[in-house]
Amino acid sequence: MSSTIEVHIKRQKEAGKQPYWEKFRVPYQASMNVITILQEIQRNPVTTSGEKVAPVAWDCSCLEEVCGACTMVINGHVRQSCSALVDKLEQPIVLEPMRKFPVVRDLVVNRQRMFESLKKIQAWTAIDGTYDLGPAEKQAPQHQHELYLFARCMTCGCCVDACPQYTREGDFVGPAALGQAYLFNNNKSARFQAEERLNALMGEGGIQDCGNAQNCVRVCPKDIPLTRAIAKLNGATMAQFFKNLLFK
Amino acid sequence: MAQSRFIVVGGGLAGLMTVIKLAEAGNQVDLFSVVPVKRSHSVCAQGGINGAVNTKGEGDSPETHFYDTVKGGDFLAHQPFCKDMCYQGPAIIYLMDRMGVPFNRTNEGLLDFRRFGGTLYNRTAFAGATTGQQLLYALDEQVRRFEADGLVNKYERYEFLGVVKDSNGSCRGIVAVDMDTLEIKSFKADAVALATGGPGLVYGRSTNSMINTGSAASSVYQDGAKYANGEFIQIHPTAIPGTDKLRLMSESARGEGGRVWVPKQKGDSRPPRQISANERWYFLEEKYPRFGNLVPRDIAAQEIYNVCVNEGYGLGGGNMVYLDLTHIPREQLDKKLFGIMEIYEKFAGDDPRDVPMKIFPAVHYSMGGLWVDYERTPDGFLDRKSPRVHMTNIPGLYAVGEVDYQYHGANRLGANSLLSCLFGGMVTGPAMMEYVKNLNGASGDQPGSIYDDAESRWKDRFNQILAMDGEENPYRLHHEMGEQMIRTCTIVRFNKALSENEGYLNGLSDRWKKCSVLDTGITRNQSALFMNHLWNMIELAKVINKGALLRDECRGSHLKPDLKMEQPKDQNSPEYKEFLDKWHKQNDEWLKTTIAQWSDEGPQISYEPVDTSIIKPIPRRYD
Ligand SMILES: Cc1cc2nc3c(=O)[nH]c(=O)nc-3n(C[C@H](O)[C@H](O)[C@H](O)COP(=O)(O)OP(=O)(O)OC[C@H]3O[C@@H](n4cnc5c(N)ncnc54)[C@H](O)[C@@H]3O)c2cc1C
Ligand code: SF4
Ligand code: SF4
Ligand code: FES
Repeated sequence: MSSTIEVHIKRQKEAGKQPYWEKFRVPYQASMNVITILQEIQRNPVTTSGEKVAPVAWDCSCLEEVCGACTMVINGHVRQSCSALVDKLEQPIVLEPMRKFPVVRDLVVNRQRMFESLKKIQAWTAIDGTYDLGPAEKQAPQHQHELYLFARCMTCGCCVDACPQYTREGDFVGPAALGQAYLFNNNKSARFQAEERLNALMGEGGIQDCGNAQNCVRVCPKDIPLTRAIAKLNGATMAQFFKNLLFK
Repeated sequence: MAQSRFIVVGGGLAGLMTVIKLAEAGNQVDLFSVVPVKRSHSVCAQGGINGAVNTKGEGDSPETHFYDTVKGGDFLAHQPFCKDMCYQGPAIIYLMDRMGVPFNRTNEGLLDFRRFGGTLYNRTAFAGATTGQQLLYALDEQVRRFEADGLVNKYERYEFLGVVKDSNGSCRGIVAVDMDTLEIKSFKADAVALATGGPGLVYGRSTNSMINTGSAASSVYQDGAKYANGEFIQIHPTAIPGTDKLRLMSESARGEGGRVWVPKQKGDSRPPRQISANERWYFLEEKYPRFGNLVPRDIAAQEIYNVCVNEGYGLGGGNMVYLDLTHIPREQLDKKLFGIMEIYEKFAGDDPRDVPMKIFPAVHYSMGGLWVDYERTPDGFLDRKSPRVHMTNIPGLYAVGEVDYQYHGANRLGANSLLSCLFGGMVTGPAMMEYVKNLNGASGDQPGSIYDDAESRWKDRFNQILAMDGEENPYRLHHEMGEQMIRTCTIVRFNKALSENEGYLNGLSDRWKKCSVLDTGITRNQSALFMNHLWNMIELAKVINKGALLRDECRGSHLKPDLKMEQPKDQNSPEYKEFLDKWHKQNDEWLKTTIAQWSDEGPQISYEPVDTSIIKPIPRRYD
């Protein structure tokens, strides 16, 4: 392994400005990850051609792949930069911002649309209040396990970045929100609002926008079985569609 | 009268619970956070949350939980806070269950509980090994629901800079900066809660998230708020060493049966599985037969440090020991600890189901924080009608969560923080409403000048920062400070090093003035924001260091080897009596809260008594 790492970074000064590329070289350290590279650039923001530049802007927080903040496109693949270990990456390492969200600056994007989608599908349990009402219903360990799979979604956006149907201009809620709709429709009390969720998914930007390309599952860092959720929701929205016709 | 306005800064567990309590009562709340709240540091919490639900027929009770908490904290915690929190534990876990947190279940379908440090009971509810994430998501969902209903207004990617005070010194709002545009604005409120989490980044590398700078707490400290027990920094015994972060391996690993050991032969370089059981030194089990690997964190961290640094048994002669799970069935590990198995695999590259993990202690949590007030009932609970509960010494400004100081004394028990954050939020919201009820005149009636003045002070500050073009690089300065603080102010503390630190830290303030801002733009200028964090972190480092220097005793996480009193094993021996006399003398002198107040010449330290009226302090033992 060489004692320095070369990185190529796609930068952008602000929204609407032309992106441009810069190259950096940083010292190699054992077990370093892409965050370490960006930190090294902060400590010495000079390009390979010797030009002093502003440090690269990027988001991160937990550094253990549980908050979703640091997602970017690394060597063409969308993933978290904190868990991208340099030893496992080809060089030069190429960093770009996520492709489906507006760029704020450099590698920072605005993923607000994902949170709005969570509102659309009512991703919550409508509890009566925070006063003491005792425990929830009993639950089979297997059921907890199934829900937990989906509950680990950190709204990182890898799945929407990879989804061919999710476009910057479109209004598709995207695979992550579909996974959450499935989660809440199977929760012991949140399922009481299942019909409202299904109705929301029948409208514009809902489940029919999914072309079943399966890209989403392949990139999800938490291995969330999104396509299983989508298949089940498809069945359920279909049933809801006919129910709506009958009881109109 | 106009509708009251509430601001909550911080959307971790404590902040979100405070918001929910306010919004549920029909109030309008503005919520500020440097990250979308769903990405707050609370997601990192792995192991679980305590509540004495007693589902395993062990005879556990809130009273025992209370006792364990107070003893675990080496008696420095304010007992009414602890008592109330522990008695609310079960109800809080039930509430989170109702919100949909996927807690692990027993075969009967009940909530499952596991062991954690500092207790002999199965008291910790958990959702795999990502409990904090699951709790935070549940609250985030509830807050999103209030947001959809128009009660909560989120200002995400806004950073709190400072408070706005009226002519009486009461808090009437905040000044915040839009991180994407560097626009600085003031916001009005009748009561403000800071729920901005811990200051781990003062140490550079820790188990904390990168946003845990303690900057908000430091800002209000520099504006007159008291900072309490700053020197009590928890060092977690088990983390994976790393270049950017020291990633935690939760105490739940030991709660599920994980064992800590080193080879009996120093420097033994054989692969761990070739070292047979009788060639391994399970030093925690040997020294603490009763609590074993689940002694409280301060003790476990001190023992691991001792075995490596003083006795030279660290792996390969270095600073690491084994945390071994390989004797536990894989399915059980996957069901109960998946989240941390994944972290070790992804970041260390080995499968901890097959190979013992290599770990060392790391900075983890701050027991200290902003000083807050309270009133108690005669039977030792918090007075729920009092507006003073969780209020700082700045009227109208509250602090809640890791940023406060009063629940964990000198050492926090594992899985008690998530509980204190949630409990804190549940009492802070109502206290803020009480305060506002009795408030003379709303923020709307304040002269606009107090907001304009505060705003322009911060604008000036940032204009100054944007013009800085010296030789020092702020990120390198931060790295250097962190390494210095780790070396001198963590597990073992020596007065010589601490007093040298005073000069060093003052020097850092000077060097800060010689920094370059590196970036003069206004769009997402992270270095300008960082310059402000760095200044604030240096001020907090001074508080931590000075408190540590002056506190001449050993208590919980604060260990001065030069002052350590060995406790004789035999409680009936004359040596024990001698020890006890000395212990009482020292305890009478030092069982008090450290209070730091900002001044030009550095932190001014004074002390305050602790309410220990319910459980009498004794020398702690776990063997
Ligand atoms: C790796 C790890 C594992 C842990 N595991 C456990 C466990 O198993 N059990 C347990 O009980 N405890 C655990 N803890 C401790 C616990 O996670 C924390 O103490 C707790 O989550 C703190 O919550 P909080 O609400 O106080 O703050 P945080 O969750 O830290 O949230 C702080 C909030 O404030 C915001 N903020 C900060 N500064 C500003 C500013 N200037 N302006 C605007 N917003 C700001 C942030 O954006 C964030 O929303 C663990 C800690 C770590 C590091
Ligand atoms: S399966 Fe549907 S949601 Fe997933 S990537 Fe394909 S189109 Fe997108
Ligand atoms: S489903 Fe997976 S990829 Fe998509 S946002 Fe959630 S965690 Fe990320
Ligand atoms: S920083 Fe949180 S996922 Fe990478």
